Amino acid sequence: MKKIEAIIRRSQFEEVTEALHEVGIDFFTYWDVTGVGNEKSGAVYRAVVYETRLIERRTISFVCRDKFVDAATSAIVKAARTGELGDGKIFISTIDESVRIRTGEKGPESLYIKE
Amino acid sequence: MDLAALTASIDTFWILITGALVFFMQAGFALVEAGFTRSKNTTNILFKNLMDFCIGTIVFWLVGYGIMFGAGSGIFGAFEPFSEVNHAPAGIPNLAFFFFQLVFAATAATIVSGAMAERTKFSSYLIYSAFISMVIYPVSGHWVWGGGWLAGMGFHDFAGSTVVHSVGGWLALVGAAVLGPRIGKYKNGKANAIPGHNILIGTLGVFLLWLGWFGFNPGSTLSLSNPELVARIFVTTNAAAAAGGIATLAFTWIKYGKPGLSMTLNGVLAGLVAITAGCDTVTPGAAILIGLMAGVLVVLAVEFFDNVVKIDDPVGAISVHGINGVFGTLMVGLFAKENGITGLFYGGGTDLLVTQFIGVGAVAAWSIACGLVLFYGIKFSIGLRVSKKEEENGLDYYEHGEKAYNS
Repeated sequence: MKKIEAIIRRSQFEEVTEALHEVGIDFFTYWDVTGVGNEKSGAVYRAVVYETRLIERRTISFVCRDKFVDAATSAIVKAARTGELGDGKIFISTIDESVRIRTGEKGPESLYIKE
Repeated sequence: MDLAALTASIDTFWILITGALVFFMQAGFALVEAGFTRSKNTTNILFKNLMDFCIGTIVFWLVGYGIMFGAGSGIFGAFEPFSEVNHAPAGIPNLAFFFFQLVFAATAATIVSGAMAERTKFSSYLIYSAFISMVIYPVSGHWVWGGGWLAGMGFHDFAGSTVVHSVGGWLALVGAAVLGPRIGKYKNGKANAIPGHNILIGTLGVFLLWLGWFGFNPGSTLSLSNPELVARIFVTTNAAAAAGGIATLAFTWIKYGKPGLSMTLNGVLAGLVAITAGCDTVTPGAAILIGLMAGVLVVLAVEFFDNVVKIDDPVGAISVHGINGVFGTLMVGLFAKENGITGLFYGGGTDLLVTQFIGVGAVAAWSIACGLVLFYGIKFSIGLRVSKKEEENGLDYYEHGEKAYNS
């Protein structure tokens, strides 16, 4: 089981969601984040001209079985890319254990619903 | 009912209804100040705006009204506890006139909370509120509206650019200067932007103030016996507000490349403040000119105080009320035409202009001197500013135990 965490642009969120759905990833968690980086934009607020290095993005996180990792990663890369600096990153880590709270199931079986 | 009684009845109604409109400006001030400051301090700023009116009501009734309108000398009225001596125009109940004057006093008081926002101790602010409504405002008010020495000189401030707005503005200046800037406002000598948290509330507040000004300016006629005058005041008031907005829009658009709502809202208020002194005597065309100039002046003033003098004024109160209060009063010396006075541009010579300068200067000196004594007095007794921890985490939690936003 692997955890895939991707920081993407908020504008690409819908595309990424659909692309993940197409490769079989229907469940994930997301939250809005603000970061600091090299991107700069000028702004003016009430006669003060200032540079802002605050960057807004969205983090998507989900745990999936090993066989889905490559397809999911490619889907995210394809859907989230705009070609500009700041498109984001994907981090993949290994998950030791997974438990479904409702039934107590463990392991890869807890990650999907058997038909 | 005979005609005189009917007239008195209508005029009393006029005074009271416009007084209620001016009262409602308290809501406008509260919303503007809340919208232009951060959410962690919202409960605190609303509370200050609520209490400066409550406290003002009591102390102006106890002492302030008498100081302002009592027969005394050219400098000081009289001690007339509980405002029982009649100072109303003929036929009008004393209490109606009292109420009208009260809401004007409260307007001056509430201007200061904006400049001192986000870092002033609540208890210290309450003490300040008592003093401005009890003494500071009534004394200078006496000079201009209470038959004092400036009135005797022919100084003209119809609805209070100097009496109300500049007093508030100067006290705001001193208060903000004695307080010092908010943490994080200045870094390495450069100003940072600290955006307000709710421009919706700020905008609504400005519209409420605009509406209230239709009580503030026309109500100062204290009578409906001259409908043409009242109508003209409505028009000049509105024209200056709109012109102020347009001027700020154009000026900031050119200067910064993008039009900004926050600054333009201040431009509208600047126009309103500037026209207040001469709304009865200038033409609608002159009102537009005054508003246009006010809209540019307020931007320059904000820049000056923010970047040059480095006095942190979160809502621009000093620039809107102080600077434009002075400006509007001086403009009367140039543009006065109707209602019995004549300014320089209409052949009236420079006498009026000189008188306006004197009045503006005297009230400024009085307000600044009082402000220094009051705010330094508070600073060196119970303290004026909250601690660093309280300021960084937000006044709502530490001063009130009540956050404005709980979800």
